[in-house]
Amino acid sequence: MGLEHALGDTALTTTIDSAINWCRKNSLWPMPLGISCCGIEMMAFAMPRFDVARFGAEVFRFSPRQADLLIVAGTTTYKMATVVRKIYDQMPDPKWVIAMGACTSSGGMYRTYSVVQGIDQFLPVDVYVAGCPPRPDNLLHALLMIQEKIQRGESKSTPMTVAAERQEQQLLQIQGINNN
Amino acid sequence: MLTTVVERLKIQFSNSILEIREFRDETTIHIKKEDIVRVCAFLRDDESCLFNYCSDICGADAYSPENRFEVIYNLYSLSYKHRIRLKVFIDESDLHCPSVISVWPGANWPERETYDMLGIIFDGHNDLRRMYMPEEFEYFPLRKDFPMMGVPDSIPLPRK
Ligand code: SF4
Repeated sequence: MGLEHALGDTALTTTIDSAINWCRKNSLWPMPLGISCCGIEMMAFAMPRFDVARFGAEVFRFSPRQADLLIVAGTTTYKMATVVRKIYDQMPDPKWVIAMGACTSSGGMYRTYSVVQGIDQFLPVDVYVAGCPPRPDNLLHALLMIQEKIQRGESKSTPMTVAAERQEQQLLQIQGINNN
Repeated sequence: MLTTVVERLKIQFSNSILEIREFRDETTIHIKKEDIVRVCAFLRDDESCLFNYCSDICGADAYSPENRFEVIYNLYSLSYKHRIRLKVFIDESDLHCPSVISVWPGANWPERETYDMLGIIFDGHNDLRRMYMPEEFEYFPLRKDFPMMGVPDSIPLPRK
């Protein structure tokens, strides 16, 4: 059934990286951080009407240690910033971050003393989603953009594809040689 | 509508009442600061008042040279379903105000909130800590002289 049927007795050639990235991008496990009204749209994004399961990211994990995509959905106050950062730090590499909504991306309408004017002041953000709140389809679009990034082997947090890791090691070695 | 309550108060606390105001069927009574606990206890227990629910306590900053701050008590009676508002003036030179948690234990958090936002110190409160702002924050955000965007670097952000 399915793939074997279509392919028959053939072989596929690809690189390890693109195979791994293909797996990664279709099995993202999001860590939902619905810290205010945007969280409601994030829930809709997981529900059957918008159905994020079509893109393989339906396993919402409420433990950062089992997640690789952080969706920050809502107004982030200074007091909450420490918590957001702590959750982010607990996620294993490689990881990606979506800043959902105007508040998270830039402080939004809360131009005041208590709200961080954009979570990129303390977190590396991969995709920003505009809107107050963004519609769930906007968030789906952000997820698709994250998938494209993963396929290209990019992450703002860590450049952790096999090739990038190797490249980094090679660079280190070259630098080491030059230093000697 | 609140005539009985006001009359009873006038008889009992003629020296503590500074002003009685009526606006759109809402009664507001200014009370002397040092008598607020006694007045509150009376309003809670008196048969014709029975204000057994302290629905909110908040503060205001008039930014005036005298009597800069106000503490405002919104009371409700679950038995008679009537409301009253009490006010107490706080001068900037003396930010203390007697706590009413002995009258309504539920006044604990509203008083903490008022302390957090305006810096009014409630004497007799058992747990006067910051509520919304971080513990080590030094300013009082709802004061009129606090800049709207806050004081730069007064709340540390995590390292990037
Ligand atoms: S962007 Fe709008 S909907 Fe989203 S958290 Fe901010 S105020 Fe709420």
